[in-house]
Amino acid sequence: MSDTQVAETRVKAAELASTATASDDGEQQIVRRQTAVYVYEAPLRLWHWVTVLCIITLCVSGYFIGSPLPTMPGEASDHFLMGYIRFAHFAAGYILAIAFVGRIYWAFVGNSHARELFIVPIHKKKWWAELLHELRWYLFLEKTPKKYIGHNPMGQLAMFSFFVIGIIFMIITGFALYGEGTGAGSWANNWFGWVIPLMGQSQDVHTWHHLGMWYIIIFVMSHVYVAVREDIMSRQSLISTMVGGWRMFKDDKPD
Amino acid sequence: MSQIETFYEVMRRQGITRRSFLKYCSLTAAALGLGPNFVPQIANAMETKPRTPVLWLHGLECTCCSESFIRSAHPLVKDVVLSMISLDYDDTLMAAAGHQAEAALEETMEKYKGEYILAVEGNPPLNEDGMFCIVGGKPFLDQLKRASKHAKAVIAWGSCASWGCVQAARPNPTQAVPIHKVITDKPIIKVPGCPPIAEVMTGVITYMLTFGKLPELDRQGRPKMFYGQRIHDKCYRRPHFDAGQFVEQWDDESARKGYCLYKVGCKGPTTYNACSTVRWNEGTSFPIQAGHGCIGCSEDGFWDKGSFYDRLTNIPQFGIEKNADEIGTAVAGGVGAAIAAHAAVSALKQLTKKEEHEDQA
Repeated sequence: MSDTQVAETRVKAAELASTATASDDGEQQIVRRQTAVYVYEAPLRLWHWVTVLCIITLCVSGYFIGSPLPTMPGEASDHFLMGYIRFAHFAAGYILAIAFVGRIYWAFVGNSHARELFIVPIHKKKWWAELLHELRWYLFLEKTPKKYIGHNPMGQLAMFSFFVIGIIFMIITGFALYGEGTGAGSWANNWFGWVIPLMGQSQDVHTWHHLGMWYIIIFVMSHVYVAVREDIMSRQSLISTMVGGWRMFKDDKPD
Repeated sequence: MSQIETFYEVMRRQGITRRSFLKYCSLTAAALGLGPNFVPQIANAMETKPRTPVLWLHGLECTCCSESFIRSAHPLVKDVVLSMISLDYDDTLMAAAGHQAEAALEETMEKYKGEYILAVEGNPPLNEDGMFCIVGGKPFLDQLKRASKHAKAVIAWGSCASWGCVQAARPNPTQAVPIHKVITDKPIIKVPGCPPIAEVMTGVITYMLTFGKLPELDRQGRPKMFYGQRIHDKCYRRPHFDAGQFVEQWDDESARKGYCLYKVGCKGPTTYNACSTVRWNEGTSFPIQAGHGCIGCSEDGFWDKGSFYDRLTNIPQFGIEKNADEIGTAVAGGVGAAIAAHAAVSALKQLTKKEEHEDQA
């Protein structure tokens, strides 16, 4: 695994120490060391933000497909509102799905952190212990959190069960519904048409796809909240890491 | 009933001219979505092939399929298809009744073993050993099993036989099941609809008789030629859908203008049938053209998919009937409240920690 080695050497090379002053009244200077590790590579970051835009587009357009806007006045030939909304939904769906396939590819060729999203180490005892610790931290039972270069166990579990499972479900049901419009013989119908009888009929797939949207919305709400909270309260950077790729640690203490 | 006669002979005997016969062949070819080069093929098959006996059974049903069938638009279809298929047993249409009728059934099953087509209208109830539907003194379930044993192929007429329809809707006290739950060893062609369109029914039969094989079926066993597309895909109001012009309420301005019925619960986008192309009653109209949304009668379990007048399905598993949006909003609201509470406690903790920190310093 040369990638891991590369990543490790990058960690070492990147151990730059920077000093920061916590307060500037001179007398009470607290010196913090911030050590940086390169965690998220450029394609992964790009994928993250492309997915963000797609999910926003998909939720808004999807909602208006289920509950359309008030009727347009005038001639039908003057408007194409539902057409454009559906186009936005299908285009964003395609981009999301292709980006997700790219993301799976990156799990193979990217650094070790690129695999965290898909492989939850439930076979490791340490992982379970840390999951418990993280849970206690979230229930305000632990005073200090642990340091993590990648995801903390709870974050990893949530990302997998909410995001990975949710997105795969939405891609499959989404293309099954898309295949209804493109018709028998189209690639979407050939690949995903089996979903429709599996769930009963077309309307059931619509209902599940709709519930899936709310599953994703709940994920996004929690994800954004936890990211902001961890950025403030944990011992490492979160939001800036997904922008620049570098994980910054706020202290030098072990774990 | 002699089986040596061909379809063509039957037609001629009924006073149909060769010209009319050829017109019928062209019409059939068009209805089945075949090109003009299939016309001679159909004509040839009609002239040479002996008629195929058909047994038409009735289980739990309302006879709307039969009613639809005998109202086929083209007079040739109405007059000829019935005699053409040599309907040896159909307890609602045949002249014989009682023991005579049952004897005809037995005779055909014996004489044309493995050659007859079994058409089933309605479905069998399984509860109480099938006692909720008795035909000729025995449960329909038994008759269905026996008749299907040596059938060449089975046609499931209507939503009852195909999916279960109203008698299988929750809570389904008689445990009515679609016929494919009982007949597992034979090819079944589903022709769903409540009822199916007459031209679709005759079209399916004509195809099977002329080509001697089943029409191409989709994943759920429906003939692709009639159930390959949704009502929505060929709806004449589709331009209003694409434009975003909807009927908001019954009798509003949009309803008078004939806008899309999506918002008042039209199930056209989720229903596979030929209504928007073949239409009903000699191509006169179909529900959407009459100003009412499609209720999705040819879809599996359409009675249990909530109101006919809502786009979003109610989900009864949540006790009080709620749709996906109502459930989603409630859960998202709960999660939002939890986040807010957690954030408040977190902020408080952070504040006290800071104070401790400053105290230490």
